Amino acid sequence: MLEMINIAIKTIFIENMVFAFFLGMCSYLAISKNFNAAFGLGLAVIVVELVTIPLNWFLKTYFLEPGALAWLHPSFSAVDLSFLTFLVFIATIASSVQLVEMVVERFFPALYTALGIFLPLITVNCAILGGSLFMDERDYSFGESVFFALGAGIGWFLAIVLFAAVRQKVRYSNVVKPLRGLGLAFIITALLGIAFMGFAGIKL
Amino acid sequence: MSKTTVKQKKEGLFSRKYLRYLLDPINDINPITVQVLGICSALAVTVKLEPAVVMAIAVTAVTAFSNLTISLLRNTIPHRIRMIVQLVVISSLVILVDQILKAFAYDVSKQLSVFVGLIITNCIIMGRLEAFAMGNKPWPSLLDGIGNGLGYGAVLIIVAFLRELFGSGTVFDIPVIPQALYELGYVNNGLMLLPPAALITVGVIIWIHRWLNPKLIDVS
Repeated sequence: MLEMINIAIKTIFIENMVFAFFLGMCSYLAISKNFNAAFGLGLAVIVVELVTIPLNWFLKTYFLEPGALAWLHPSFSAVDLSFLTFLVFIATIASSVQLVEMVVERFFPALYTALGIFLPLITVNCAILGGSLFMDERDYSFGESVFFALGAGIGWFLAIVLFAAVRQKVRYSNVVKPLRGLGLAFIITALLGIAFMGFAGIKL
Repeated sequence: MSKTTVKQKKEGLFSRKYLRYLLDPINDINPITVQVLGICSALAVTVKLEPAVVMAIAVTAVTAFSNLTISLLRNTIPHRIRMIVQLVVISSLVILVDQILKAFAYDVSKQLSVFVGLIITNCIIMGRLEAFAMGNKPWPSLLDGIGNGLGYGAVLIIVAFLRELFGSGTVFDIPVIPQALYELGYVNNGLMLLPPAALITVGVIIWIHRWLNPKLIDVS
C-alpha cells in the first residue's frame, strides 16, 4: 500500500507531468489565462486520467500484450497485438472523453460552458495519452496504475492552477513587448519547474 | 455571375501561392512560436541533436501524409465523427513510423520512448487537419503539412543545438568545445540538460522571433 502511495506522490511532485515531461503543454498554455477555467480543466483531467489509465490497463493486459489472448483459447497464446497499442489507447481515450463530456453537460452545465471547446481537446491532451503510455512502458500492476493515474491527474491540476495564478498577477506588470504573452509564459513555467526540481531530493 | 466563373489560369505545382503554403509556417505562422501547437514533444526530445532531428523528420512525415489523407477524405467524413476518423488516420501513420524506427534506428527509438507515440496527440497534426486539410484540396494540404513539419523541425533543431552545445559541449556527439577552454576553467552548464532549460530556450527564441517580426507581438 505504502508503495502505491509513493508512486502517487512521485508522479505529483518529482515526475510532474508538466514540469518533468512537458505533457499537456498545449492546453496548459491556452487555458491558463483564466483561473476558473484552469481549475475546471484541471479537475476534468484528473477524472479522465482516472478513467482511461485503468481502462487501458485492462485492454493492455487482456488483449494487447504478447500472449494476453490466452484466456480466450490456448492456441491464441502466441498472438502479439502490441503494435496496436497506440490505436487502442487513443480510441479508449477519445470515447471516454466523449462520455465525460456528456456527463458534465448533463449534470454540471456551468462547468460545461466554462470549459467550452476545451473538453473535447482533452482527447489530444498529451498528458492523458502519455499517462497510458507510461503505464504501459513501466509495466505497472492494476493497483499501481490507479495510483499513478491519480498522481498524474493531480500533478497536472496543480501545475495549471499554480501557473494560472501567476499569470493573473503578471498581467499587471510591465513586460518588454516582444516577451509579452507566450514568451513570458514559457519562462514562468521554467521557473516553476526549477521550483519543482527541489522535490527531487525527497527519498521515497 | 459569368464573370466569377471565368476559367482560372492553370497554376503550376510550385506557383507562388502554393509556395506560400510551404514557407509561411516556417516564419510567420510557425507552429511552435506563433500557433503554440506541439510544444510537448518539442521540449522533451531536445536534449541532444540526434533524437531531435529524427523527431522532426517523423513529425514532418506524419503531418504531411495525414494532411494528404484527410484532405482526400474530406468530403466523405461525417462532421460529428471527424475527430475519431482523424485520430485513426494519425495513429495508423504513427504506428508505421514507430515500427520503422524500431527496425532501423532502435537506439533513437528507445531514447524517444513514449514521445513517438505522443506524435498522435501532437496538436500540430490535429490542428492542421482541422484548420487546413478539412477545407482544402490535397496538394495544398500536403504542402501545408510539410511546411508545418519543417517549421516545427526548425525550432526543434535550434533548441536541441543550443542545449547540446552548452549542456554537453558537443554537436551530434562530437566534442566541439576545445580542451583548452576547459583547462581555463570552462564548465558545461548542467542546467541546460534539465527540463526547465528547454522552456527558457524556447521562451527566448519566441522573444527574439517577435522582436525581429513585430507584427506577431501579443496585443493583450
